Formats: sequence, C-alpha cells, structure tokens
Amino acid sequence: MDWLHWIIYVVIILVFVLTLVMSFILIERRVVGRFQLRLGPNRVGPQGILQPVADAVKILLKEDIIPSKVDRVVHLLAPIVTFAPAVLVFAVIPFQQAGPGLGFALDAPAAMANLDVGVLFVFAISSISVVGLVMAGWASNNKYALLGAMRTIAQMVSYEIPMVISVLGIVLIAGSLSLADIVDKQNIPFILLQPLGFFIYFLGATAEMNRSPFDLLEADSEIVAGVNIEYSGMKFAMFFLGEYAYALAVSTITSVIFLGGARFPWGLLPQSFIWLLVKILLVFFVMLWIRSTLPRVRIDQLMGFAWKFLLPLSLINLFLVAAEGMLPSGFTWPIVALNVTLAVALVVIWANRFYRVGGAKVA
Amino acid sequence: MALKTEPIVVNMGPQHPSTHGVFRMRVTFDGEIIKDLEPVMGYLHRGVEKLAESRTYTQFIPLTDRLDYLASMTNNLAYVLAVEKLGNIEVPPRAQYLRVIMAEMMRISSHLMAVGFMINDMGAFYTPLLYMYREREKLLDLFEMVCGQRLTYNYMRIGGLSHDVPPEFLPALKKFVTEMPGFIDEYDQLLKENEILLARTKGVGILSKELAINSSASGPVLRGSGVKWDIRKADPYLVYDKLNFEIPTGTVGDIYDRYWVRMVEMRQSVRILEQAIEQLPAGEVRTALPHLVRPPCGEAYGHIEAPKGELGFYIISDTGVAPYRCHIRAPSLINLTALKDMVVGRMLADAIITLGSIDIVLGEVDR
Repeated sequence: MDWLHWIIYVVIILVFVLTLVMSFILIERRVVGRFQLRLGPNRVGPQGILQPVADAVKILLKEDIIPSKVDRVVHLLAPIVTFAPAVLVFAVIPFQQAGPGLGFALDAPAAMANLDVGVLFVFAISSISVVGLVMAGWASNNKYALLGAMRTIAQMVSYEIPMVISVLGIVLIAGSLSLADIVDKQNIPFILLQPLGFFIYFLGATAEMNRSPFDLLEADSEIVAGVNIEYSGMKFAMFFLGEYAYALAVSTITSVIFLGGARFPWGLLPQSFIWLLVKILLVFFVMLWIRSTLPRVRIDQLMGFAWKFLLPLSLINLFLVAAEGMLPSGFTWPIVALNVTLAVALVVIWANRFYRVGGAKVA
Repeated sequence: MALKTEPIVVNMGPQHPSTHGVFRMRVTFDGEIIKDLEPVMGYLHRGVEKLAESRTYTQFIPLTDRLDYLASMTNNLAYVLAVEKLGNIEVPPRAQYLRVIMAEMMRISSHLMAVGFMINDMGAFYTPLLYMYREREKLLDLFEMVCGQRLTYNYMRIGGLSHDVPPEFLPALKKFVTEMPGFIDEYDQLLKENEILLARTKGVGILSKELAINSSASGPVLRGSGVKWDIRKADPYLVYDKLNFEIPTGTVGDIYDRYWVRMVEMRQSVRILEQAIEQLPAGEVRTALPHLVRPPCGEAYGHIEAPKGELGFYIISDTGVAPYRCHIRAPSLINLTALKDMVVGRMLADAIITLGSIDIVLGEVDR
C-alpha cells in the first residue's frame, strides 16, 4: 500500500505546515506585542485566533498586480520556488519514532520518507529557496529588490557553511545522516553534548531564514522590504508564508537534531509528537525573543560574523567532537560538563578576539 | 576579463519608511557603498514664513505648532520670545517658570522620539521605540491636562500663557519627575551596552568639530561633536540662569555620541523640572496687553535651545498688526546640511541611521 502511505503523509504534512504556519503568524504578532508593551491583534475571534484567516481572506481578494517592466515568467515563478522547498523539507522529518508512544505504537518512524541521507536532503532542499529570492530580486526590475537580492546571495551562501559544519558534529556523534536515527541516539538531548554546535546552528539558521538581527534581505528601514517590493496579493502571500514555513522548518529541524525530536528528555514519559510540537514552539519563541530585542547588523558586519566568528568556531567544534569520539564510551556526563564549559569559554574568547581584530567594528 | 561596472542611482524617498517624512535622498551607490548623496527638500513646503505676514502676531502662534510638530511647545516659545523682545513686553515670573517646565517636558518627549526612531532605523523592530512611547504618552497626558491638546498645543501667548495650569497638574508632574530617572535607566539597560548597537553606531557618521561649527549645526548634533554650546547657558532666556544643569558633550561626533548626549540631556531636563517645580512662584501668568499687539518699528531675533538645536525667529515690525517679515531658523534644516559629508564612503545602512541620528522633522525642514 505504498501509494496510501504517500497520500496520507502528503495530507499530514500539508495540514501540519499550514496550520502551524497560520498559528506562527498569530503567535508572532501576539508574542512580539507582549514584548513591546502592547496587546497585538485580539479582535478577530476569541483572543484574535481568527486573525490569520482574516488576513488570508484579505490578501486573496487583493488585485494581482504584475508591473509592466518585469520579466513575467521569472516574476511569477519566484514565489513558488521560494515557498516549495520550505514544505519539501518536512518530507524527511520524523514526527514520532518507531516503537511504543503516548497513546499508540508505531512500527516505523512516522516520516513521509525516512531517508538515510535525511540531513543532507534537508540542507540541499532548503538552500534552493535562495534561488527563488534571487529570481524575485532580478525579475522585479527594481533597484531595492536588486539590492535585497545581492544581500541575499551573500548572506545565505556564507551562513550555510558554518551551519552545515556545526551539524556535522551531530552526524559524527550519531553516526548516521538519517534524522530518525539521530533522534534514536539522543538518550540525552544533543544540545547538551553539542552546546557550541547548537549555538552556531541556531545563529546560522536565523540568518538563513532572514530573521532579525540578520533580516537584511528585507530591511524595511533600508531597502523597503527588498525582494518582495513589487509583489502583491497572493504572490506576496507566498513569500510571506514561505518565510514562516521556513521558520517552522528550522524550528522543527532544531527540535529534531538538538532537542530530541518526539522523545521526552531522558525518556521520563513515553515519546509522542506532542513533545515535538512543544519543542518547536519553544524554539520559535526564542526566535521571537531575539527578534524583538536586537537591532539589525550591517552587511559587512554580517559577513564578518559568518566568516571570522562562526566558521572558525564551527571548525573547532568539529575537531572537538572528533577528538571526543575517540574516548571510550561511558563518559557522557563529564563530556557534557566539558563541552558546556568549552562552549562558553570559546565563545567568550573568540568574541573578544573577533572584536580586537575589528570584526564587528567599522570597515 | 574585466567586468564593466557602473554606479547605481537610487532615489530614497520622498516615500521611504526611514526618511522621517517626505525627505528625498538621491544616492549613488557602488554596491552598498555610497559614492554621492544629494538631499532634495521642499516636498512639505507650506510657505509658513509668508503666511506670518498676513496674520496678526497672535494668530501666527498656532502655525508655529506645525513646524516641529514633535516639539510644538518650544516652537510657540521661540516665537513669543521674539515678539516679546521686539515689543519689550514683560512676562510674569510664574509664566516664565511654567514656560521652562513646558520646554523641558517637550525636550524629554522629543528626545524620546529621536532616540526611539533612530534605533528603529537601525532595525530594532519597534521594541525600544514602544518603551519610549510609554513615557511620551505620560507627557502627552500632562500636556493635555494643561491645554487640552496632545500634539499642537498653542499654549503660549505674547506676554505669558493662555491660562494657568490646572491644580492637578503639578502633583502629576511631580510623580512623573520622580519616576522618569528609573525609566531612563531602563532604556540604558536595554540599549547602552548592546553589542550590535555599539557596532552600528561607534565611529559611524562622524561629524568633526570643525565641520559641525562651519555648517552651523546646533543642538545634540553639535554637542555630540564636542562643542559645549547650549543657548540655555550661552544666552540665558526665561529663568534658565537660576537653574542648575549641565551640558553633556560627546568626544568623537559619531552616532553613539549623539545618542548619548540625548540620553544625558533627558536626565538634565528632569533635574531642571525638579528645580522649576520647587521654585515656581504664585501669581499671574499673563501680562495684560491690547487685543492686537503692535510692536514698535524695528527688528528682533529671539532664539532658544529647542530639542533639535537653535530655533530662532527673526521678526521685522513696521508697527502693523502683522509682522513685516518673519524668518525661521530651523535647526533640522541646518543640521541636515552636513549629511553628505557624514555618509559618503559609508554603507547604505549607515546613511539611514545617520539621518535618524540627526533627528529631523520635515515640518520644520520645509516650513
């Protein structure tokens, strides 16, 4: 019954992505509202829960404007190319592990395709979205959009490198590229074994999905929303949804790789997709926290941060993991203590050094 | 193979979220580096100076509200001071103290907006700004208590104030004055040592001391460049010579110094408010004057230290009921003239926050 498996998972993933993206939009507006001493939208439905629906209806009714000087094919294709990869990523996410769980048991990981190269698939697919953004920037025939697209290429290509290297550490520990295997190996969440890796991955992912403080791509106050400046109606909604779907993808991958996916920490309770959901929301909350606290960095500081700060640290981290891998097993807790200490020390030392060599200072 | 490159010209504004209104910058970029910048003004020109010539001296006061609409009270003040100077009109001491109180409240309010919007331009997504709005709201409530308005006050009159403050005003102001230092501490906690803020502002948008003087900049922009010049001390008006306060000055003249000067000035304003409340005498708030003020033939220049710099009104009278000529020295416009020298060779993002740090209000730039 292979085709039934595919159909069921297509439905599950679409429902999962669309409902969570809708709730992310609302959660973001409400939570950021609380951070900013205001209430956020609370008029449409109880506690404003119907606000995303109202927004969707509004945006669907908007006129679809295609400016006369745009490259029509590329212009129309760009939102799809941006949105699709963010959803495709979920094909390999294990929503629950094989074995007994809370309520029901499964005989295989609950993933659409439990690929052996799941991690590779995730990074390969998610980097396609940059193509969509560049297409949008180029096709719009607008100077702000072009500036935004230029920033996008530089930013995304740079941050992918430290991000992927930091995840290599996890792959070394788990000994597998399959996301289900990685979750299975997390008898303690990998964030404790790999605090530095988590730090680098999270910052890199924040930059990858253009969230504050790395939201140079659409810097409202500088290049007026950048690549999506010429987009309106449903085409803009695709960019908007794509951005949130990507935020959801990053939260999910972070939860799966670093926080133990569907497993409850230390197995105190049976595993369930509910824990995964809680972890996703937790990671998303941290993103919102960062977004509503920090100003934006400048483009040269952004590049300097990727190449001079994150990349060396991620290489050191990979070396440490490889060295620790040669130790006999059974030293889990000493290694956790060592890694947390090392992570803090390295970040502090490197930050000072980074500052001295002028990384964050004026060019 | 050598690639052919050419600079790209971008029109930033007049509709742009960070030009604080309808200001336009014609910027030539080489990648992200600014090669040239040409400010274009005049989109909000309303001919206020000409309008003054067809209105009586008192009728012009509401129009001054529309210049720097974030600091209307100080615009009123500068204008009535010039007319009083022209007509040798005495102002009762209570009115003088109340004017100082209003001016300093206005300064805090204006600086809150200046710092908040500057950090917004930096991309902080409204959080610091909305914290500052919390206190500005309290100030606006106080202004509303005094004159019923929240933005354009029209409270000063030639020879005093339109009416005395209500009895509940002073206790409310005292409460604000005791609370405000704590709130400023809160902003400092959020911003002062923020690594990204320091990286974005230190050494960026430098206005040298010489250039600041040569371009006749004033206010926090001039003091940020290290020039100790404040009209409240240099040419005291009202009762500023009876009040103790200090003038903060920066050292480098970068964006951070301007930000820092504004934060310290808010603390000093609170100090002035405390003293003014204590010394506030009882009595009249307005000198009895004929309905139509007719100053003697002559000319006068009244200037004050407005939140944005030296705000001056130059008025010529031909003994008529309206000024023969009224010129406004608007600090926003004159501080803006050095913009090109501050940003050429730097990046797009720097230009945006440099403009934010100058703190312009287009109503005043274009008059």
